[in-house]
Amino acid sequence: MKFPYKIKFESRTNDVPKWLPLATSLGAVVVAFIISGIVLWLIGGNPFQVYRYFFTASFGSWGAFSDILVKATPLILIGLGCSVAFKMNILNIGAEGQFYIGAFFASMVVLVPIIPLDSPKWLVLTLMALMGILGGALYGFIPGFLKAVFNVNEIITTLMLNYIAIFWNNYWIFGKYSDAGFQMTPTFDKVAWLPRLADLAKDYPFFSGITLHLGVVFGLVAAVLIWVILKRSRWGYEIALIGDNPKAANYAGINIKKNIILVMMLSGALAGLAGMSEVTGVVHRLQERISTNYGFSGVIVAWLAKLNPFAVIPVAILFGALIVAGREIQPSGLSFMIQGTILFLVISSDVFLRYKVRIVRTHQEEMA
Amino acid sequence: MTNLPENTPYAVEMQDIVIRFPGVLANDHVNFTLRKGEIHALLGENGAGKSTLMNVLSGMYQPESGTIRINGEPVSFRSPKGAIASGIGMVHQHFMLVPTLTVTENILLGLNEPKFIMKLATYDKKIQKLQETFGLKVDPTAKIWQLSVGEQQRVEILKTLYRGAEILILDEPTAVLAPQEIDELMETMRTLVSQGKSIIFISHKLNEVQAVADRLTVLRKGKATAEGIDPQGLTRTQLAELMVGRKVIFQVEKVEREPGEVVLEVENLSTTNNRGLPAVRNVSFQIQEGEIFGIAGIAGNGQSELVEAVTGLRPIEGSVRINGTEVGNCSPQKSIRCGLAHIPEDRTGMGTAPNLSITKNIIMKNYAQDPISNGWRIDYLAAHDHAAELKEVYDIQAPTVETMARKLSGGNLQKLILAREISGDPKLIVAMQPTRGLDVGAIEGIQRLLLEQRQKGAAILLISEELEELLMLSDRIAVIFDGELVGEMAASQADLNQIGMMMTGALRSDG
Amino acid sequence: MNLEVILRAGLSTGTILIFAAIGEIFAERSGVMNLGVEGMMLIGAMAAFKVSYVTQNAWLGLLAGILAGGILSLAHGLVVISLQADQTVSGLSLTFLGTGLALVIGEGLTGLNTPTIPTVTLPLLSKIPFIGLIFFTDFNLLVYVGYLLIPLSWYFIFKTRPGMHLRAVGEKPSAADSLGISVYGTRYLYTFIGGCLAGLAGATISIAISPGWYSNLTTSGQGWIAIALVIFARWNPYTAALGGYFFGMLRRFTLDLQGPAMILGLRNPFFYDHNLVFFLQMVPFALTIVALVWGSGAARRNRRGTPAALGIPYVRGERGL
Repeated sequence: MKFPYKIKFESRTNDVPKWLPLATSLGAVVVAFIISGIVLWLIGGNPFQVYRYFFTASFGSWGAFSDILVKATPLILIGLGCSVAFKMNILNIGAEGQFYIGAFFASMVVLVPIIPLDSPKWLVLTLMALMGILGGALYGFIPGFLKAVFNVNEIITTLMLNYIAIFWNNYWIFGKYSDAGFQMTPTFDKVAWLPRLADLAKDYPFFSGITLHLGVVFGLVAAVLIWVILKRSRWGYEIALIGDNPKAANYAGINIKKNIILVMMLSGALAGLAGMSEVTGVVHRLQERISTNYGFSGVIVAWLAKLNPFAVIPVAILFGALIVAGREIQPSGLSFMIQGTILFLVISSDVFLRYKVRIVRTHQEEMA
Repeated sequence: MTNLPENTPYAVEMQDIVIRFPGVLANDHVNFTLRKGEIHALLGENGAGKSTLMNVLSGMYQPESGTIRINGEPVSFRSPKGAIASGIGMVHQHFMLVPTLTVTENILLGLNEPKFIMKLATYDKKIQKLQETFGLKVDPTAKIWQLSVGEQQRVEILKTLYRGAEILILDEPTAVLAPQEIDELMETMRTLVSQGKSIIFISHKLNEVQAVADRLTVLRKGKATAEGIDPQGLTRTQLAELMVGRKVIFQVEKVEREPGEVVLEVENLSTTNNRGLPAVRNVSFQIQEGEIFGIAGIAGNGQSELVEAVTGLRPIEGSVRINGTEVGNCSPQKSIRCGLAHIPEDRTGMGTAPNLSITKNIIMKNYAQDPISNGWRIDYLAAHDHAAELKEVYDIQAPTVETMARKLSGGNLQKLILAREISGDPKLIVAMQPTRGLDVGAIEGIQRLLLEQRQKGAAILLISEELEELLMLSDRIAVIFDGELVGEMAASQADLNQIGMMMTGALRSDG
Repeated sequence: MNLEVILRAGLSTGTILIFAAIGEIFAERSGVMNLGVEGMMLIGAMAAFKVSYVTQNAWLGLLAGILAGGILSLAHGLVVISLQADQTVSGLSLTFLGTGLALVIGEGLTGLNTPTIPTVTLPLLSKIPFIGLIFFTDFNLLVYVGYLLIPLSWYFIFKTRPGMHLRAVGEKPSAADSLGISVYGTRYLYTFIGGCLAGLAGATISIAISPGWYSNLTTSGQGWIAIALVIFARWNPYTAALGGYFFGMLRRFTLDLQGPAMILGLRNPFFYDHNLVFFLQMVPFALTIVALVWGSGAARRNRRGTPAALGIPYVRGERGL
C-alpha cells in the first residue's frame, strides 16, 4: 500500500510574488519559536512561562525597550555589513573579530592617548569613530586579500581571525592597559562617551535612565547609505553582478579581486564602527566579552532581512529583544538556539521561493 | 542498411508516451518502435522531445501515460537500473563518465560486481576481451580525462555492452566528432547490428541518417511527424519541413564585400588552460573590417582558451591588438573600450547573470556610460528604457524587462546577448558557437545579424563546430588542432574533406 | 618540555581533529560540504557527556554522541540535498543550531563528573622499544580507533566498490545517476557518516581525552580547524591525519612553552610575561589560515583532488555535472 499523495516541487515559471519573501521570513521566526518551545518542553521547561517572561523582559517598559535598541545598534551595523558582503556572495563570518578590532582601535584614541583628552568631545568621538572604521576595515582586508589573491575560503579565515582578535584584545586589556589587574581597561574619560538620552534627563525627566545612545543614529544613517550603494550606485550594480555570476562580471570588465577586497573592507568597517559604538556608548571601556555574539547574530539578521538594508533594522530590533531577554532567562543558551533555528528555517524556506511546492495525488500507473 | 524483413520482431515498442514538464508538453502521445537488428534514426530539433523520449526509455523519466514493451513484454522503469536490466544502454550526448576514474572503473560503476574490493587488474583483462569482440580500442587503465572525445565515446559504448545491452541508444553521437571519427563510429554501429544488437540513432543530419539507418522517426514540438519511414529518397528540404514544420532556406544571403582596414591582429599568441597546460600555441592571424574569419575544429582543441585570450579574459604570451591598441594581458575592460563585442560560448555561465533582470543583463557592458550612468550612480529609468527598446528591436520574448534572465529560453537568451553586444556598433565581434542548441528559426536570425554586422564593417571572429555554418558565413577559414592553427583558406575554396583531416591532425597545409 | 610528551599529546588530542576531518572527507567526497562540523561536534560532546552521566555508562554515552552528530547532520542533508539550498549557508546555520541546542540541553552539566572511555596499553605492541612507548602505551582507547580509521577510510575510498561509487557521486553525479547509483541516497549516507564522525570527535573530547562539559568552549573552534585540514589535505585521509596530529602537538607545545624560564640558553619571554601567552594561543588559528592558503594554492596548481561536484546540488536532467 503506497501513500496516495506526494509532495511535488515544480520550478517557478513566473516571478515570485512580492509578499512571499516576507512571509517566509516571518514564518521562519514563528516556527523557530515553536520548535524551540518543544525542545524546552522536552527537557522539562515550561515554554509558555518562558516566552511570557521573554516578552515582558523585552517590551515591558520604555527602559526595557531602550535596552533592546541599544542591543540592536551593533546588530544593525553588523547586519548591514553582512548584507553587503552576502550580496556579493562573500560569506564574511568575521564581524565578531572586526567588531573587537574596531573597538580596540577606537579605544586606543583615549588609552594611548592619540589626542589630548581635553580636546572637544566631537573631535575625540569623530576620531574614535574613524579609528573604529579603520580597524574593522583593516581586519576585513586580510580575509578579502586572501580570498582575492589565493582564493582562500573566507568563511574559515574570518572565523579563525575572530579567535585571533579576541586573544589580541585580551593581551591589551590584561597586559598593557589593565585596570588594577582586572580584565578590563579603566573607564574612559567622559569626553569619549557617546551622548545618551539619559543625558537629557535634567530637562526632560522622561529620559532618566534611558540608555539609548547616539550609536543608533550611526546605524540608521548606515542603513540609508548601504541602501543607496546597493540599489542606486554603479558599485552596487557591480556587487550584484559579481554575487550572481562572477564569470559574467569578469566578462563585463568588472575587477572582481578589487571588489572582493573593497566589499570585505566595507563590511569590516561597519562591524568596526559597531565596536566603537559599543565601547563609547555602552561599556565605556575596553573589556572582555564586549560582544554577546553580535558577529554571529548579525549574520542571521542579514539573512532574515533577505539582505535588504531597511529590513535589517526591524530584524535587528527583534534580535535585540532576544538578546535582552536571553540575559535573564534560563537556560541561557535558549536565545542562541532560537537564533540558530531561525537561520536554519530561513534557509530551508528558500525552497518556497524557488519552487512551487504542491501536494499531488500519486499517479495511477505508479500505484499499479 | 541491412534491409530487414517486414516481420522482424520488435525489440522496443513505445506507445502514446506523454511526459510533461512545467509549462511544456515534452512528449505528446508519441509512438516509437525499434526492430531487432535495426538502426532506427530519431530526428528533431533541439527541444523537440528526442532526448526526453529516450530518457523515458532509459528509465531517467517516468511518463505520465503510455506503455513500453521490450521484446513484447510490457515494462515500467522506476529508475535507470530497471532499464539497464532490460538490456537498454544509453550513450548520452554529454558523456556520463567520471573524469577522475579509469576506463575500467567507469565501466564497472553501478554494478554489483566486484563484491567489495576492487580487483581492477582482473577486470582490465575482461574489458580488453570485450573490446576485441566489438573492435572498440581504448586503454582500460587510462583515466577518462586523458582520453580523446572519440575514445570517451567508445568507453560509453563499452559500458553499455558490458552490461549486456541489446538495445543501444546513441544520443547525437556524431555532434562531437570529426568527419573521419564519424566514419569510424558508423563502422562500429554496423558491426554492432551485425552481432544482433539494435540501435536507436539520434541525429539531425540527413546524410548520416541515410548512410546507416533503416528507418526514421521525426519529432517536432513533442509530436511525431513521421513514424518509421524509409529515409532513402527523402530530400533535405522534405526532412527540414518534417522537423521545422515550414520551408527552410538553407542559404542566408551573403553579399560580396571588400574588406577594409585591419581590426584584429593576433601575433604569436600562446596561453594555457585551467590546468596550466598549453592550450593555444603560437597562433597568429588578422581580421579586417567587414570580414568574417571562421575557425573550425573539434571541441577542446583550444577554442575556448583562444577566445578568452583574444577577449582579454585570460593571460597570454604574444600580442593581441584591436585597431592598433595592445589589449593582451590588460583588463577585459580595455578590450571592451576598444570596441570588442563578445558572444560567449556559455550563455548561462558567462553571458548572463541568471537571477538578475533583463534590464540588468542588458546594461552589463554600458552600465558605466552615459546615459545610464553619470558619475557614481545608475539611472535605472534610463536603463529600463534602453532595455525596453532593445527588447522590442531584437524581439526578446519575455513578459517584461524586469523578468529574470533565467526564465528565458535559450534562443531568447542569445537574442539578449546579441542585443547587448551588437547594439553598440562594435568594431570587433568574437562569437563562439553562436547558434548551438537553438532551433532553426533562431539560427537563421542570428546568422543574419552577424552578416549585417559584417556589412556594417565589423570584423568578426567566428568559432564553431558546425562546418556548414562556417562555410556559409566565413570569408576565410582556419582549422585549429591541439592549440595550433593548422591551415587557412578562403571559404570559397574550402574542401570539406581536407578540413576534416586537418581537424583530426592528419593533415596540415602549412607544413 | 619534552619531545616524548609533545608527541604523545599530539597523538592524543590530534585524534579529535582526525575523526572530524575524516568525517568531513566522507561527506565532501560525496559532494556535500558540511560547514556545521563545529555544531555537530558540540552536540556530540554534549550528548555523550549527558548520557554518560545519566546512565553512568561511557559506552552508551559514546553511542549517543555519535548518533547526535549523525542526526544533526541529517538536517543539513535535508536542506542541501533534497531542498537544494546553498551548502555553505546551511552548514553555517547548522553550527549555530547545533551550538544552541547543545547549550540548552547541556544546561547544568558543567562541573559534573562522568564515567569515561578507558585508557589502555596495547599488549605486545607496547613492548616495541621507543615506538611502543610513544604510540601504544597508556592511551585512551579512542586514540587506537583513530589509528585504525585512517588507513581503513583511505582503503575504503580508493580501493572498494562503495568507495568508487562515493567518488563518482562527488565527481559526476549525473554519470552515477545514469548507472542506477542513487545520488541522493549516497549523499545522505555519507553526510550522516560525516555527522557521526563529528559526533564521535565531540564525544572524544567530553568523555575521553579531556573529560567535561565546558559549554561552547568544549570544542573551541576545532571543528573549523578540521574543515581547513580537509582542504589542506586535498581530501586524503592520510594527509589529514598528519595535519591533525601536528595540530595536536602544536597545542601541547604552546602550553609547554610557558613552563621553563630558559629555552636553549635564552630567556623565555613567555615565562616572564604571562600575557604574551595570548599570542601563543593565536598560533593554531593563524597556522590554520596558513595551511588554508597553502592548500588553496595547491588546489589551483592541481585541480584534481577537489571533488568536482562539491557544493553543487544535483537535479536530475539539468545540464552540467
